[in-house]
Amino acid sequence: MNDSSLLARSAADVASDIAAGRLPRDAALEASLATMASEHAGPGGLNAVLWSDAAGAHADIAALLLNPMQLLAGIPVAIKDNIATRTMPTTCGSKILEGYVSPFEATVIARLRAAGAVMPIKTNMDEFAMGSSTENSAYGVTRHPLDHTRVPGGSSGGSAAVVAAGVTRIALGSETGGSVRQPAAFCGIVGVKPTYGRVSRHGLVAFASSLDQVGVFGTTVDDAALGLQVIAGVDPLDSTTVDVPVADYRAARSVADDQPLAGVVVGRPVEYYPESLDPRMRTLLARSADHLRALGAEVRDVSLPHTSLAIPVYYIVAPAEASSNLARFDGVRYGLRVEGDGLRGMYEATRSQGFGPEVTRRILLGTYVLSAGYYDAYYKRAMAVRRLIADDFTKVFASGVHVLLTPTTPSTAFVAGSRSDPYEMYMSDIFTATANLAGVPAMSQPIGRLDGLPVGGQLLAAHFDESTMFRVAYALERALGREAHT
Amino acid sequence: MAVSEQDVRQVAALARLGLADDRVQALVGELNGILEHMDVLQQVDIGGASLDPDAAHGIRMRDDVPNPIALLRAREDFAPSMRDGFFLVPRLSTHGTAESADDEDEG
Repeated sequence: MNDSSLLARSAADVASDIAAGRLPRDAALEASLATMASEHAGPGGLNAVLWSDAAGAHADIAALLLNPMQLLAGIPVAIKDNIATRTMPTTCGSKILEGYVSPFEATVIARLRAAGAVMPIKTNMDEFAMGSSTENSAYGVTRHPLDHTRVPGGSSGGSAAVVAAGVTRIALGSETGGSVRQPAAFCGIVGVKPTYGRVSRHGLVAFASSLDQVGVFGTTVDDAALGLQVIAGVDPLDSTTVDVPVADYRAARSVADDQPLAGVVVGRPVEYYPESLDPRMRTLLARSADHLRALGAEVRDVSLPHTSLAIPVYYIVAPAEASSNLARFDGVRYGLRVEGDGLRGMYEATRSQGFGPEVTRRILLGTYVLSAGYYDAYYKRAMAVRRLIADDFTKVFASGVHVLLTPTTPSTAFVAGSRSDPYEMYMSDIFTATANLAGVPAMSQPIGRLDGLPVGGQLLAAHFDESTMFRVAYALERALGREAHT
Repeated sequence: MAVSEQDVRQVAALARLGLADDRVQALVGELNGILEHMDVLQQVDIGGASLDPDAAHGIRMRDDVPNPIALLRAREDFAPSMRDGFFLVPRLSTHGTAESADDEDEG
């Protein structure tokens, strides 16, 4: 059976029908696979899917013991290629891990499986999650679903593209500096980065361990909230997860009254609305703020004074940690091995041929800022400034502000190949990297379009207050209605 | 603090990355282009900002017990080859001379 209309219904509704036997258990999977095989979403179109395992997904569906408690019964979920799965490769978009199949699966995969989900595809990404456009994959560039000359954003561009193209309603990505929110904004879908410590990273290939988080894409706020609901929570296999109870992120999905945001204070940090911001983007954000006021929220201007330092800090801290984390890819333990002159020659040949240019650049940058003579000037100072950036958030949330409203990105999806200067590309993360540095939760949702391309509005909240963030996101999504996509 | 060609070669050696000469030249420019944007951090008054790890939630320590991670597949399923419970890996050509290598155990 292939009923593509299923893809127009929320994941929660379809899962509920499958769990109750009102829909065949493979209905959603068949609809996804049919869409994936289409000319638009397939390999010749988006190049968003790296690996697929339809047979395994069918077998999982057949073996599913359905019960009404399964929030994702029969729902296909796309997985970024840096999250360990056992039946498909986990290559991180890199040649150095070509053909590598993990002997264990990530905790988030096990949790999706326990909730009844199936994982038929792994998605393309910037190599080792280093990039903002999904142009850095060893397996080719992923294209934007609305305009194939443009990028879908990155690094989780494959996951964003498959959700935007209607292949799945939910996908997992990973965030280090905005790699879920930025592609979500570019593709006109919802992307959530949870609080640092909210979701297990056991089985997520490490990039920068003090920043990395697994994130969730959804077609709508409810799809994303549902995905996070399933994967959130403490994990004995990841000591950086925190034992804070997981709230009901979907509590605000139905309308309670016409003032659902009464008592909520929304801050607009002035540093995220610079003079250089496209005035049309500013207008779209003002429209969203007007909606929030009409829903009962108080909107006030606030300041996060160290915002402009986020990119310099991020591009010291993240490469420093990456240079250490990626040392393990040496030709001995994983994937590619290229013989060279002696042991050292083998390491150097393997790593030079296995890593692409951006990963090489960041490993060198990270090694440089950690090396004797430069550690104090770069790494140590960046860590101190990182604390100032985090303190900005602490102060603004302590002042009574519940969520912040900002643009997610400084531009809409750009043309592939148009950003050759590395630092210009890094600036794509200017509004998103702060949340990773501070560890706070943040999400992007569509708030309108410019020249036919989606614009994302970003909401940020205090540590572990995803509930309030979702409460505002649900209300804004309802208020915007079709405006969010026009 | 401009990065020199020698710096790039030294850092590449530390990071065990082999670089072609033309790539070294290009990386000097690229790294300097990136690092010039980092200089702004030198002007920041960091005041009392400490470098302590974020203590807001602390880092939870795992119980000191053997690794709880159960492999989903037996090691034999994914190891290239095994003998007596150990992984066999390809011999490195640099492990001694050809003569002395003959005296070593395989793997």
